[in-house]
Amino acid sequence: MKSVIFNGVGGQGVILASKVLMEVAMKNGYDVKESEVHGMAQRGGSVECNVRFGEKVYSPLIQKGKADFIVSFELLESMRKTDYLNDDTVLLVNREQINPAPVEIGVMEYPSDIEEWLEKNVKNVKILDTKDALIGAGTKKALNIVMLGSLSKYLEFELSDWEDAIKGLVKEQFVEQNIKAFNLGRALV
Amino acid sequence: MTSKVMLGNEAIARGAWEAGCHVAAGYPGTPSTEILETIAADYRDIKAQWSPNEKVALEVAAGASIAGARSLSTMKHVGLNVAADPLFTFSYTGVNGGFVIINADDPGAWSSQNEQDNRHYARAAKLPMLEPSSPAEAREFTKKAFEISEKFDRTVIVRITTRIAHSQGIVELGDRENVPVKDFVRDPKKYVMIPAHARPKHKKIEEQQAEIMDYSCTSGLNRIEWGGKKRGIITNGIAYQYVKEVCPDDSVLKIGMVWPLPEKLINEFAAGVEELYVVEELDPFIEDYVKAMGYEVKGKDIIPLCGELTPEIVDEALNGNKTVKAVPEYAGDLPGRPPGLCKGCPHAFVFDVIKKLDLNVNGDIGCYTLGVLPPYSAMHTQGCMGASIGMHLGMEKAHGPEMAAKSVAVIGDSTFIHSGITPLIDLVYNKGTGTVIIMDNRTTAMTGHQENPATGKTLMGEETFELDLEAICKAVGVKRVRVIDPKDKDELEKVLSEEISTREPSVIITKRKCILKR
Ligand code: SF4
Repeated sequence: MKSVIFNGVGGQGVILASKVLMEVAMKNGYDVKESEVHGMAQRGGSVECNVRFGEKVYSPLIQKGKADFIVSFELLESMRKTDYLNDDTVLLVNREQINPAPVEIGVMEYPSDIEEWLEKNVKNVKILDTKDALIGAGTKKALNIVMLGSLSKYLEFELSDWEDAIKGLVKEQFVEQNIKAFNLGRALV
Repeated sequence: MTSKVMLGNEAIARGAWEAGCHVAAGYPGTPSTEILETIAADYRDIKAQWSPNEKVALEVAAGASIAGARSLSTMKHVGLNVAADPLFTFSYTGVNGGFVIINADDPGAWSSQNEQDNRHYARAAKLPMLEPSSPAEAREFTKKAFEISEKFDRTVIVRITTRIAHSQGIVELGDRENVPVKDFVRDPKKYVMIPAHARPKHKKIEEQQAEIMDYSCTSGLNRIEWGGKKRGIITNGIAYQYVKEVCPDDSVLKIGMVWPLPEKLINEFAAGVEELYVVEELDPFIEDYVKAMGYEVKGKDIIPLCGELTPEIVDEALNGNKTVKAVPEYAGDLPGRPPGLCKGCPHAFVFDVIKKLDLNVNGDIGCYTLGVLPPYSAMHTQGCMGASIGMHLGMEKAHGPEMAAKSVAVIGDSTFIHSGITPLIDLVYNKGTGTVIIMDNRTTAMTGHQENPATGKTLMGEETFELDLEAICKAVGVKRVRVIDPKDKDELEKVLSEEISTREPSVIITKRKCILKR
């Protein structure tokens, strides 16, 4: 059984990333479950998906302390999931800062020590600089697939399965771009 | 057999289609909206529609059912409050074609104004209620619900919660059953609920309850999964999955039909275990029932009454396992990421002006409810769909017209159509002098930009008559109706100042398209 949390900010494509992973896991014969928070996310709130796959999956929600992977699309968002870490959890974080409303309107500050804190306290953290990969892919929108590419390095699935899943879920004109993004992401770790 | 990864709501749409459903009506509301959207996109053999509100939706579906079609009505938990009136009486009439209501509760209030537990409706309206525990069951139970509806001549409610509606899983797909629409048969004793017809009907449905309870015990919707005999856990919905996850060795009575509850099975289960537990989200619905049967159970004394359950809550309550933290607490302050109005949102202009004029604001339900948060902080009451206008009048009744002169009601186009028209009639009829702003962003934005009667398009994408909000306001007797573009904030300020100080009812329609609406 593997439990993966994807999280980020509304608009970053968190749900699509989890869908691709689900497709790949299902194709490899696993039972799959996922849980997502919709609702007000579209208005710039936090978004989160839990994906779990294995022989038989009961809960779609991951238990605190039991995530195998946490993939955070934004720095501050990675800090919201620390309860789900254990000593073996791999935490992949996109080095990007998106100011939330309280920072935008000047009532709070964006913490400046997140990277430092993560490096110090989380055993298996990788803070990824995705800028070049996004330039290489030719679109910032492919961040979700870049992060998925990085995650794929830790999972057993064939490259062709990932490509097939992307082809099935992304609009035709963006497939090539996304496969490129995936491979660039894979090369980041 | 093919299978597919599907969202719970997509699986329900699929189940309805496979069951041969002909007509579906609902009103958007998180977490139920995707059901009808999926039907409109993928299962176009079903005539699907957004109705102006849930009451109308339920009545349209009831009419279709009585006319002989298999019909579906979908809504969120608070939507069933709006539709409660027809719900209770159509419980007496029964159906012709199968009639299924999908009702989505929102434990945790992810996007709702309360956490009501709608299982109580099944008991109160005496209707069979099913509750799936996964997307796969969501499809299966929706199909089953049509079968039960026709078998017992009753409306059936399928209750889901956010974690079923918005979770994905592998769903097996079947073919569409070919069910012809039956004939409408005139039968006033069955379909016209004058007291003389209602009394015997009430008796009949009470008598039938025993038969449905038998079904509840034998249909397999409720089932015992024997494990260790020390502890037996009765559980339903998503909580079942958490129980299976953290207590894999215990015996479980899985409740898939939450009303009527299966007494014989409960007896059998209780007799087979040493200690009885109930793990359920929100109210002690099953627990109270089992206690009333005379059993001692552990339930809400260890499982929280408020909020969503999670696997760790169940693990701690049943096994005493506490989460071990792998990292220390972060010492600084982490800013939250609350949702906010989009940059350039038409509502933002209106709130800027209202804030400047420092008015009391009676708010309503939609994206614009976010006007309560900084930087606007410009909303002071809000309760349910359409409440803004009635409350606005009530405040004037409490303090006189001076109150109306420093207050305003704000309501969106879709919410106004849903249940803002009747209170506007009240405001005119009972001599209010208040000002109502209809924030017309040309869509039902909050739930994901659905069409409504004022957009001129249907759920199925057809062109239709476009409701004229201005004409409606005038028709109910509001003489001062002004339509302006809120982007011109100076003009809006001028108009708003004029209208609140005028001692007669007025409506300002601030018309500007939501920036996310295509
Ligand atoms: S979705 Fe539309 S109405 Fe809602 S906040 Fe964004 S711009 Fe405003």
